[in-house]
Formats: sequence, structure tokens, C-alpha cells
Amino acid sequence: MASLQFNDVSVSFPLYHGESRSLKKTVFAAASGRLGEDKKHRLVVEALRHISFSLKSGDRLGFIGSNGAGKTTLLRTMAGIYEPVAGNIEIDGAITALLDPNQGMNMELTGRENIRLRGLYSGLSKAQIQRLEEDVASFAELGQFLELPVRTYSSGMVIRLGFALATAIRPQILLMDEWILAGDASFLDKARHRLEGMVQGAEILVLSSHSAEIIMRWCNRVIWMDGGQIKLAGPPEEVLGAYLTPEQFAQVQAVVRVAA
Amino acid sequence: MQPTGRKMSISAAQGWGQRFALALADLGETMHLWRLVLALSFMDIKLRYRGSLLGPFWLTLSTAVMIGAIGFLYAGLFHQDVGQYLPYLSISLIFWGFLSTLTGEGGTSFTAAEGMIRAQRMPLSLHAARVVMRNLFVLAHNLVVIVVVFTIFHVVPSKAVFSVVPALALWLVDGMAVCLLLGVFGARFRDIPPIIASIVQIAFYVTPVIWSPTMILHRHIGRVLVEWNPFYALLEILRGPLLGLPLEPEAWAMALGYSALLLLLSALTFTRARARIAYWI
Repeated sequence: MASLQFNDVSVSFPLYHGESRSLKKTVFAAASGRLGEDKKHRLVVEALRHISFSLKSGDRLGFIGSNGAGKTTLLRTMAGIYEPVAGNIEIDGAITALLDPNQGMNMELTGRENIRLRGLYSGLSKAQIQRLEEDVASFAELGQFLELPVRTYSSGMVIRLGFALATAIRPQILLMDEWILAGDASFLDKARHRLEGMVQGAEILVLSSHSAEIIMRWCNRVIWMDGGQIKLAGPPEEVLGAYLTPEQFAQVQAVVRVAA
Repeated sequence: MQPTGRKMSISAAQGWGQRFALALADLGETMHLWRLVLALSFMDIKLRYRGSLLGPFWLTLSTAVMIGAIGFLYAGLFHQDVGQYLPYLSISLIFWGFLSTLTGEGGTSFTAAEGMIRAQRMPLSLHAARVVMRNLFVLAHNLVVIVVVFTIFHVVPSKAVFSVVPALALWLVDGMAVCLLLGVFGARFRDIPPIIASIVQIAFYVTPVIWSPTMILHRHIGRVLVEWNPFYALLEILRGPLLGLPLEPEAWAMALGYSALLLLLSALTFTRARARIAYWI
């Protein structure tokens, strides 16, 4: 049984002087005006403030919130990339984070080389990597492109490859950012099919998205992030009902009903 | 396909003991992923020379050309015998090249791996190990030049030649320490890599690399440059036995002493900063 627990987790980014620091720019973009000071009186951006929740097998959690609400930082913290400044995180289960389509892929390497590399990242054996190659090749439908450098791919192909890779190594906990929506319609169906298979195996899915429709269809719990804090948590209907205007909400419900 | 599930607990506000344990665990994970380190560094070299006819053998060729050119020129300028000077120069320049590239690339061990670090949780020391391994591959290509020079000039190493093995091991441990130390500082302070580059540049001139200590025996300044120079000690434990000198306990003591200091600094820095590196890059 996989589980993931956040206990009073806070994350803040230090701001150092110097314009060239890319971190400063990203953080400013991500956290519109949440400045504070830490114990040593350094200027920090409080990206996450006192976040607590717990997830168990079968949970499909969706994060909604405006740009800069802390959704991506929260996903990165769940993945263990950012270690919290306060609080603690308990993770039980193999975790995979699909945070950006390029996923640490090397654009100069071929698709196949990237698959092998990913296998090594996950500590797979030679035979397992062989199977990974076959599985990814058949799902991503890249054909001969698999032997070409990834930089020659269209953005849709990169996403298919990234998604196939991340879902081929079946994680118990899958974290996904909203880029998945950039796929074409037929791919979204396929992706949903593959993901559903994964979630049905009593695993945890965490999804951050701007699309209320995707959240309604895929999630059974929703957390509304605002200013680095949890504003509202609960079942999708309840949280989306509060988050969207009544007209938007009615529209989303209609779309979901038609699709179902 | 399912990787084994694992329990992980990440918490803030740890003491030094806990932090040190986490830093050690980080290094342990890197060792566990040795095949990945090999694949990444191999890929680095391959990509650098993709599409080139000679490929990585450009490394060997350009080193050979440089050593040949500098060797004959400086043997003339310094009034040295080419047969003695060229073997000395080949070892010195090749290992100095390893050292200076390592310090240069070490400063960007983490910043250069920004994409990987932000994509998934991975041991951070892996990025330092990748830099060391990559440069080890380069060194291996250059060693061919040393072998050729030694064969041409019939250089016979002394009986102490076995000590080259522990000396190389020391170089590797030091290399890893340098990459972790400079990588952390380079991630936090972006001015560090150029500062290091100029320090190493100066060190190149004041260390017996292209000149040998015997050339300046009659001057007092030479003694300081030799007796207190960590770079000299590290070079000498390799160079001495290969060029037919007996084991030099003084050089070894100095090399081990400086290395211990470096390891301590590096361990403290990495232990303290490990959890923050992802925030800095």
C-alpha cells in the first residue's frame, strides 16, 4: 500500500542578489509577491506555507489554483526534489514525477538512448531496460523517429515519449503537472486509458491542472491552492463549485456528462 | 515493470549528525547507480564528438601535438635534454590538464545538471561523480601519449612504480571532493567558477609543471614553490616513480595531508548544503 503524508510543510526560496540568477526569476514568476524573512533575516519567497494532507492508495488528487499558487513547487516537494524548510514528509512507495515534458531528457540523444538512460536512472537491470524499450516504443508510436535525436521531434512527440517513459516504469505514486494537456486528442484518450490502468492498481495519482474538466474526470479529491496555502480541500464537485463561477461549473459538468 | 517501493522520510531542521548520515546515504546511492554514472559520462564524451571523424581520439591527438610542440620549444629554451624533458612534460601536462578541467567543470557540477536535478529526486553526488568519471575517460585517452613518449625515449620507471596505483586512487578521491566542494560553492555563488579558473591558471605557472624543480635549485623562491605546494606534491607522487625516482615519503606526506584537509572541507560543505542545492540552481 502506497501512502504519502505532508505534515505542516513549508518551503521558501532564498532570494540572492544578482540579476543573472535564474532561480530569482523563476521564483518571482511562480510566487507573485509572497515575500518574507527567514530566521537570519534573508529575503525569501514563501512558496508553500504549512501544508498538511495525507494520501492513500486509490486517491486521485487534483490541484487547482491560479498561476503562482504553488502547485508546481508542491509537486516538486512531493517528489523530494525540494527538501522542506519546516515540517516533514513521509513517502511510502516508488514515486515518479512528470513535471516537465523534457524530463531531464537529453535533446541531443536519440529516443532510444533516452529510454535506456531512464532505465538506468530507475536502477533497472539490462533485461528490464530491454522490456522498457519495447513498451515505450509501442506506446509512443514513434516508429523510425526512435533512432533520431529528440531535438528533431515535434512537441507532441516529445510529450508522447515522456509520458510513455514515465508510465512504463510503473510508479506507485505518480505526480503530474499540467503539460500533459498539450497532447493531441487521440493521445489524451490513450493516456487516460493507460493512467486509469495504473490508478486502478491501487496507486496514487496527483495531478495539477488548469482544466476543470480533466480534474472532474480524473480526480476524486481536489485541493485548491492559493498563495502557497490550501484554500479549500474536498471532493471535486464541492471544490470546483467554489473555485469556478456557476456558469463555468455548469459547463464543465455538462461536458463531463457528455464525455461519460 | 515495477521498481521496488521504498519508504522515505524527508524532514526539515536536522542536526549535523542526521545531515551527515543523509550526505553519506547520498554517496551510497550514487555508488549503487554506478552504471548510470558510467553511461552519463560516456554519453558526454560521445556527444562532444558526435559527427567528428576521429571522435574522442581528437583528445589523444591534440594532446600529442601540444606536448610535442611545447616539449621541443621549451627543451630548447630551458637548455634541457629532449630525452629527459619530454617524458617529464608529458606526465605533467596530462595530469595538470585533468586537474584543471576537473576544477573548472567541478564548479558547475550541479548548475550544469539543473534539468536533471529539477526533474526527479536523485542523489546529488551523482552529478559530481559524473564529472570525475567523464574526465577519467579523457585522461585514459591521453595516457596513450605518455606510453608512446616513454617508449620512444626508453624511460624506465623505478621499483616504486607500484605506488602509482594508490596515487591514482588518491587523485580520484580528491577529484570527487573537489567536484562536491566547488559544485556547492559554484551553485550558491556564481562568481566562484571564474575565480577558481584564474587561481588554477596562476597555480599552473608557479607549480613545477612545464619547468622542473632542478632548474631553479639555486634560487630560494623555488623552495617555497616546491615545499609548500599541494599541486607539486600531488603531481610528484605520480611523476617521481614513473620517471625512475625512488618513493618520496615527503611528497606523499604532503599529498596525504592536503588531501585530508580537502576531504574535510568538502564533507562539511556537502553535508551542510546538500538539501539546499536544489533551491540554488
